[in-house]
Amino acid sequence: MEHINQWQPGTSMAILRQRSRVLSELRNFFQQRQVIEVDVPLLSRATVTDQNIDSIQAHNAETDAYLQTSPEYFMKRLLASGSGDIYSLGKAFREAESGRRHNPEFTLLEWYRCGWDEHQLMDEVAELIAVLLPGIAVRRCSYADVFIQHLQVDPHLVDLADLQSLAVATSSEAWAEETRANCLDLLFSVLIEPQLEDGLVLVYDYPACQAALAKCAEDSQGRQISRRFEGFLNRVELANGYCELTDAAEQADRFAEDQRQRRLSDKAAVTADQRLLAAMESGLPECAGVALGVDRLLMQLQGADSIDQVMPFSWDRC
Amino acid sequence: MSNYSTNEFRSGLKVMLDGDPCSILDNELVKPGKGQAFNRVKLRNLKTGRVLEKTFKSGEQLEAADVMDTDMQYLYNDGDFWCFMEPDTFEQHQATENAVGDALMWLSEQDTCVVTLFNGVPLSVTPPNHVELEIVETDPGLRGDTAQGGSKPAKLVTGAVVKVPLFLDQGEIIRVDTRTGEYQGRVSAK
Repeated sequence: MEHINQWQPGTSMAILRQRSRVLSELRNFFQQRQVIEVDVPLLSRATVTDQNIDSIQAHNAETDAYLQTSPEYFMKRLLASGSGDIYSLGKAFREAESGRRHNPEFTLLEWYRCGWDEHQLMDEVAELIAVLLPGIAVRRCSYADVFIQHLQVDPHLVDLADLQSLAVATSSEAWAEETRANCLDLLFSVLIEPQLEDGLVLVYDYPACQAALAKCAEDSQGRQISRRFEGFLNRVELANGYCELTDAAEQADRFAEDQRQRRLSDKAAVTADQRLLAAMESGLPECAGVALGVDRLLMQLQGADSIDQVMPFSWDRC
Repeated sequence: MSNYSTNEFRSGLKVMLDGDPCSILDNELVKPGKGQAFNRVKLRNLKTGRVLEKTFKSGEQLEAADVMDTDMQYLYNDGDFWCFMEPDTFEQHQATENAVGDALMWLSEQDTCVVTLFNGVPLSVTPPNHVELEIVETDPGLRGDTAQGGSKPAKLVTGAVVKVPLFLDQGEIIRVDTRTGEYQGRVSAK
């Protein structure tokens, strides 16, 4: 889209000023809590192996490199080196993600709390949102409870074949052979997310197949879950957090499984980040971490329906 | 015909869905942070006019629909079909009552319309945005009442009924916006 009239920003000057205020309020929040800011690299030789996240490739001095999809690996290397509580407020990149709520380059707030679990971190997410939206309603529920409430199906116990039929009925035949995790995501995004309450909804105990980099555990009813949570602000996915996996061997297994899934879906191979694994072997402290989309937060503060309205220049204008 | 992938779906693109030609109105990428991407797509079924919403897995493809909008002149109605002509080639097309639809209320012979062809056959007809038609039936006009508000129904030569100001009379020609059915102004007295 090379329209010459797109030299102008997508934001109004009022939103640009609010963006600046929000960035400094976020920094104040962590400064008051003695969490230090770290500005980790955006360009790295390594990247995520996750089959659903594609990195933008770059080159430096004949070395293949990637723009980072989140600051997670660098931050964990700092944590393993003894940084203590840290946050990063900077850019992240994801290949080909453009839309009303997506831009391939976006602003991500990510922070880690040593010795905390995911429930303590959920409290802090709610406190942070309340600074910007005083009096906001906060609701917490487990993934299983919200899934059963809306779809009358236990997401942890339902057969894969039944999940696939539900996904086919919701979308198309293309889901007939999909993985458990992808079917669950489709159903949650299409059938549940739009029905969530106003305010901040924190959903915890995600299915074990969606653990990503969270610890796995059993819930009170003996079901396998992951200690992962997501925050939805007015029905928009805003934040994703974990009680972080600290076991290097299990992390290596998960990378290998990601790579297998990438091969199955004909995606470009990605080498696992050996420096992250080495850091975890040397010892990642027990911690909880969360990433929060700052542009989407601004969209909610402004009542904007497009991410283009809260960024100086979204991809179409770049 | 070729296929289009979800990342090529744009507003206005014509595709086949369940055997019917559809026009894409809106395509939104949905991508959970850690999940498989999909697209929420709004389409208008060009046969029924109904708007529907479908979810596609990103990368899914739909067949392109052979749908073309063509300017044509309305010639006549022979009782069963409405006949339109392409002005350049003089090629004539017969549209069914179903395809003509609501355009029926506004069509005068010689008007230029947009005829949407699907596999070469008229699927729908869009009348000109503005038409000028004679009033054939209305209450007598109130002389001197040109400034006051108020309106009355008037039946036009094509059968449409529109609201017009009180001062207008039978036999006068008015301009109407066919998209809203609203009176735009008096053209002239007959």
